[in-house]
Amino acid sequence: MSLRIVVCVKYVPDATGDRHFADDLTVDREDVDGLLSELDEYAVEQALQIAGNADDAEVTVLTVGPEDAKDALRKALSMGADKAVHVEDDDLHGTDAIGTSLVLAKAVEKTGYDLVVCGMASTDGTMGVLPALLSERLGVPQVTLLSEVSVEDGKVTGRRDGDAATEQLQAALPAVVSVTDQSGEARYPSFKGIMAAKKKPVQSLDLDDLDIDADEVGLEGSWTKVDEAAERPARTAGTIVKDEGEGAKQLAEFLAGQKFI
Amino acid sequence: MAEVLVYVDHVDGAVRKPTLELLTLARRVGDPVAVHLGAGADGAAATLAEYGAVKVLAADAPEFADYLVVPKVDALQAAYEAVSPAAVLVPSSAEGKEIAARLALRIGSGIITDAVDLEAGDSGPVATQSVFAAAFTTKSRVTKGTPVITVKPNSAAPEAAPAAGTVEQLSVTFGEKSTGTKVVSRTPRESTGRPELTEAAIVVSGGRGVNGAENFSVIEDLADSLGAAVGASRAAVDAGWYPHTHQVGQTGKSVSPQLYIAAGISGAIQHRAGMQTSKTIVAVNKDEEAPIFDLVDYGVVGDLFEVLPKLTEEVKARKG
Ligand SMILES: Cc1cc2nc3c(=O)[nH]c(=O)nc-3n(C[C@H](O)[C@H](O)[C@H](O)COP(=O)(O)OP(=O)(O)OC[C@H]3O[C@@H](n4cnc5c(N)ncnc54)[C@H](O)[C@@H]3O)c2cc1C
Ligand SMILES: Nc1ncnc2c1ncn2[C@@H]1O[C@H](COP(=O)(O)O)[C@@H](O)[C@H]1O
Repeated sequence: MSLRIVVCVKYVPDATGDRHFADDLTVDREDVDGLLSELDEYAVEQALQIAGNADDAEVTVLTVGPEDAKDALRKALSMGADKAVHVEDDDLHGTDAIGTSLVLAKAVEKTGYDLVVCGMASTDGTMGVLPALLSERLGVPQVTLLSEVSVEDGKVTGRRDGDAATEQLQAALPAVVSVTDQSGEARYPSFKGIMAAKKKPVQSLDLDDLDIDADEVGLEGSWTKVDEAAERPARTAGTIVKDEGEGAKQLAEFLAGQKFI
Repeated sequence: MAEVLVYVDHVDGAVRKPTLELLTLARRVGDPVAVHLGAGADGAAATLAEYGAVKVLAADAPEFADYLVVPKVDALQAAYEAVSPAAVLVPSSAEGKEIAARLALRIGSGIITDAVDLEAGDSGPVATQSVFAAAFTTKSRVTKGTPVITVKPNSAAPEAAPAAGTVEQLSVTFGEKSTGTKVVSRTPRESTGRPELTEAAIVVSGGRGVNGAENFSVIEDLADSLGAAVGASRAAVDAGWYPHTHQVGQTGKSVSPQLYIAAGISGAIQHRAGMQTSKTIVAVNKDEEAPIFDLVDYGVVGDLFEVLPKLTEEVKARKG
């Protein structure tokens, strides 16, 4: 039987660009260049490797996001995923993590899955909670923050490098995993991959398709609210000296002045 | 006053500093009730009481160590049901965020992660967050259910405020899903003897400019002279020169010490994301165009192999 893998990927504003908030205090996703979250490339990579080691597997990439989010799906398809699902609906604008987890869970269930693979965190929201929320909603084990992962005999195993310890984890499928940026470099799409991706199916779903009411998601349905967003004042220009033999002494002087020594 | 649940981060009853910060912040919103899972509650209780815990709800069971995350969610939910708190505060560790998120979903509450400050507001706690690699500061609220908020280390200076801290046993029934992910083995990390990276008052970090694992002693020596923790950029970690647990930045630790010293680090946005909120920033870099110099309070344009050893000697001499 085929191993059905769904990879959750997010389309995010480019971190090296000028990220900012829109007037309604949501992340501005229109005025800024976006891309497939770099941390989700690791998820695509591990999914492709797991699929490659299975007798028969199918990798679906899934995103919840605006029109442009298709770019993220195309990138993942050109890396080698088989098909894509795009959940897109005007009522989704401003959805928070809890709402996003509802949409992802419904879409994952509709697609059908044995394994869900996520990145460790999105590079814009950086919450790192969606994999746990998905696991809670789907009622399947979470095997998260893995720097090594493999699937065999209906079980997923992996290594989680925590602050206090390194843990070896194991769970039966179906399960939700997330992988870190230590899990191994993501492949670059080949020319052939890019050409092939153009012909791969991208299914579009809206809230109706997923039986989700508009008031369960979006800015209104959000269970949190941003009241204020202010640009952090630029740090005032500091003192910069060129080391001509005295650099260390000058720095020590500064540190002593600040009572660090 | 209403009660506020505070999830205790500890190692066998040795309470970690972020929990003391959390207790300090919790007192702005209500009376802290600490939730201590695993061994060592009786030992921890004294410290928790000293920092304001009116009560310590304790539970110990093999499930906490044998299975990932979910047994702790079951326990925190039991505490939530026992107390009906005004808010639930959890330290922003990787695991803390996962526990908090699952709890929030179960109790129908919104969640805010990685707060760097917390105040009481007219309609519940107001959390300050630092977003987009600390380029923006936001203030947010949970608008549905009991606010669940995770708070980053170094968000407040722990202040003692002795309270009763009576230990009560929390009875927990583990759900069917709690044993889904087995922890097959656990290898504790060896202590370096240096301060914890996220808790340290001073952090000295090295990057690609350190140019080799063997050269990291230059960073360590300076760190030791200052009583500092050692950090590394991702370039240094990826090169295998220093362990990933020391990585500072978006996919490593986020630090906010009194003093951050970056040596041989260019200051890429993903690195800045993890250190930009440090109080004082110092850089040593031989390229005067390096973006890290845009952030510094004091910068030395020079070779770190010249500057750092001399600085270490200066520090030692001045400290006597
Ligand atoms: C999704 C994602 C997540 C990331 N997460 C992180 C993260 O968590 N943390 C992180 O750090 N990076 C992260 N990065 C990587 C980041 O973009 C940079 O590549 C990295 O921070 C560069 O490290 P560096 O400054 O040490 O190296 P470089 O950028 O190569 O800079 C080295 C610096 O050392 C200086 N130098 C060289 N020799 C000397 C000398 N002898 N004396 C003094 N100065 C010297 C050079 O002038 C240069 O400025 C991430 C990237 C991505 C895409
Ligand atoms: N809008 C989204 N669409 C698809 N996947 C997402 C979305 N948001 C988050 N994810 C997945 O959840 C992971 C963690 O995201 P977060 O909890 O937002 O930091 C990401 O790395 C993705 O794998």
